[in-house]
Amino acid sequence: MDMNTLVLILAATVAAAVPLIFAALGELVVEKSGVLNLGVEGMMVVGAIFAFMAAAETGQLWLAILVGAVAGAGMAAIFGFITLSLMANQVATGLALTIFGIGLSAFIGQGYTSVALDGLKEISIPVLSSLPVVGKLLFSYNILVYLAIIAFVGIWWFLYKSRSGLILRAVGESPSSAHALGYRVIRIRYLAVLFGGAMAGIGGAYLSIAYTPLWAEGMTAGRGWIALALVVFATWRPGRVLIGALLFGGVTIAQFHVQGLGVEIPSQFLSMLPYLATIIVLVLISRDAGVIRLNAPASLGQPWHNELH
Amino acid sequence: MTKYSLALRFKTLMSSLLLASSMVVAGSVSADDPLKIGFVHVSPIGDAGWTYQHDLGRKAIEEKFGDKIQVKYIESVPEGAEAERVIRDLASSGNKLIFGTSFGFMNPMVKVAKAFPDTYFEHATGYKTEANMGNYNARFYEGRYLSGIVAGSMTKSNTLGYVAAFPIPEVVMGINAYIRGAQSVNPKAEVKVVWINAWFDPGREREATVALIDQGADIITHHTDSTAVVSAAEEKGKYSIGYNSDMSKYGPKYQLTAVTHHWEQFYIDQVQQALDKTWKPTAIWGGVKEGMIGLSALNAAVPKEVADKVEQAKADMIAGKLHPFAGPVLDQDGKERVAAGSNITDEDLSKMDYYVQGVQGKLPK
Repeated sequence: MDMNTLVLILAATVAAAVPLIFAALGELVVEKSGVLNLGVEGMMVVGAIFAFMAAAETGQLWLAILVGAVAGAGMAAIFGFITLSLMANQVATGLALTIFGIGLSAFIGQGYTSVALDGLKEISIPVLSSLPVVGKLLFSYNILVYLAIIAFVGIWWFLYKSRSGLILRAVGESPSSAHALGYRVIRIRYLAVLFGGAMAGIGGAYLSIAYTPLWAEGMTAGRGWIALALVVFATWRPGRVLIGALLFGGVTIAQFHVQGLGVEIPSQFLSMLPYLATIIVLVLISRDAGVIRLNAPASLGQPWHNELH
Repeated sequence: MTKYSLALRFKTLMSSLLLASSMVVAGSVSADDPLKIGFVHVSPIGDAGWTYQHDLGRKAIEEKFGDKIQVKYIESVPEGAEAERVIRDLASSGNKLIFGTSFGFMNPMVKVAKAFPDTYFEHATGYKTEANMGNYNARFYEGRYLSGIVAGSMTKSNTLGYVAAFPIPEVVMGINAYIRGAQSVNPKAEVKVVWINAWFDPGREREATVALIDQGADIITHHTDSTAVVSAAEEKGKYSIGYNSDMSKYGPKYQLTAVTHHWEQFYIDQVQQALDKTWKPTAIWGGVKEGMIGLSALNAAVPKEVADKVEQAKADMIAGKLHPFAGPVLDQDGKERVAAGSNITDEDLSKMDYYVQGVQGKLPK
């Protein structure tokens, strides 16, 4: 395999990892605040259809990304109201949100199946994009790919370097203590949940207006679940989420290249490989159970209300 | 989710009216009542693709028979147990002619057919028949051969790319016919195949297309159901050959042609026979000659001499002078599968489990 092919594989890997990066980083922030939202798949697919509709109707792709984010946040708001205000079980509500999102997107997307869309183009930076190797590897993606990297840096900085991030983590570790110190636990959790929804929505928007670009029922195809798994296996650390997402994308892309090169491995096995490889690697880096306990937000998934404590 | 979303999938007001009318007691059916017909599809109808082509057939019978029939269709029915429930529902709500348009509906349909002996069933792309169940299919491979002539003439890298769903005979014979067509005009042409193990997954279809292009394939075709391959090739500035429907809307510059299915006449014939009460279970396998398979308009980039070759091959097929698998057919290992001077039999064709020469890689078993 020559250098050029390798660069192309790596570039395709990044493109395949982006929806996972958005959705998993969003969920990471949500879980850091102590809330477990299993509705990522549903929020993604709703973000995908709303963004697609906005793009198809207006042709404004920036607006479409925004609409995708708002739609994802809207789904998250439903989740927030049920679990944070009404204090329902988070696991059940999250699952219901996914089922609802898949059904809702299929319903409102009926008229948009296979509508042709001029999707988000790769930006080309003068000089930089035409450099050998790095030009293709670093400077020839669509804008959402760069946005994903910016989101990663921003979230890492927010969680570990900012005062607000510290408060968010405190809420996730011990909501009662945070409450006693005068922080408004429910409001902070609402904001985290809405942010997570918006990120999932952007991940979905990427799929429908940049990646494919078309709308097909159920087109997120389980990526929301992968994002959820990434957060756990990455032991709630943004850097590992990024690595996990790239790994998953890499094996997904590599399987097609392996087939094209005529290597004799059953294609069905290759289809399974991204899931298997991601889980194995992340289990290996997080195999110390103590580390998981240390990193998992202590109050994850537990309902909390100031009048109960 | 299933029950709820199935209800949602009954598109348009008309189908909800049909739903209401299906509640009429079965005993009240008289000779003047319209013949009720049901379609069961595996994917959404959309604007292009496998199911879309079948739906054109539905529109054709509605136009032709008008008030004499009442048609209902159900999209996105998963193959397996769910399909049996849907088909059974259609049969028990008085539909007398039921079409199932995906391979995986075969066994569910056989079961339901046994329970409803007075209802006619027609199953696409399978091989089983019952006293009240026929099957129908198109000789897709004839269209593949013709499109292979276009691809073999237009390729510069002599490497063609093929995004394929599942390694079953229907798909394998298409790949083999394609490369035989290509090699009939360009003996150096070879094809790389990528299996995605899904009929409809736009994300994977796109990823496979990009991988093939990155490996040097300069014309990409597909045996999957979405338009993602044609639009990904368009984006990368590489030629594509669509499948099922004309996909030039998704690849205005780079779609060379598309292998298209035409089921209208078949559906009209079946409905006519059901109305006349002359319907019999048949196994129909129509090709270019019967008009069930064709190529969409060629891209302006295709030179006239190539178009002429395609026309000639098509005419020869119709005249019975050209068979895509006319012997000698050698498989990858050089073993003779069809002897010189004879054509492959339909039975061997329907069991095809080997790649012919010119296909790279090994066929997954």
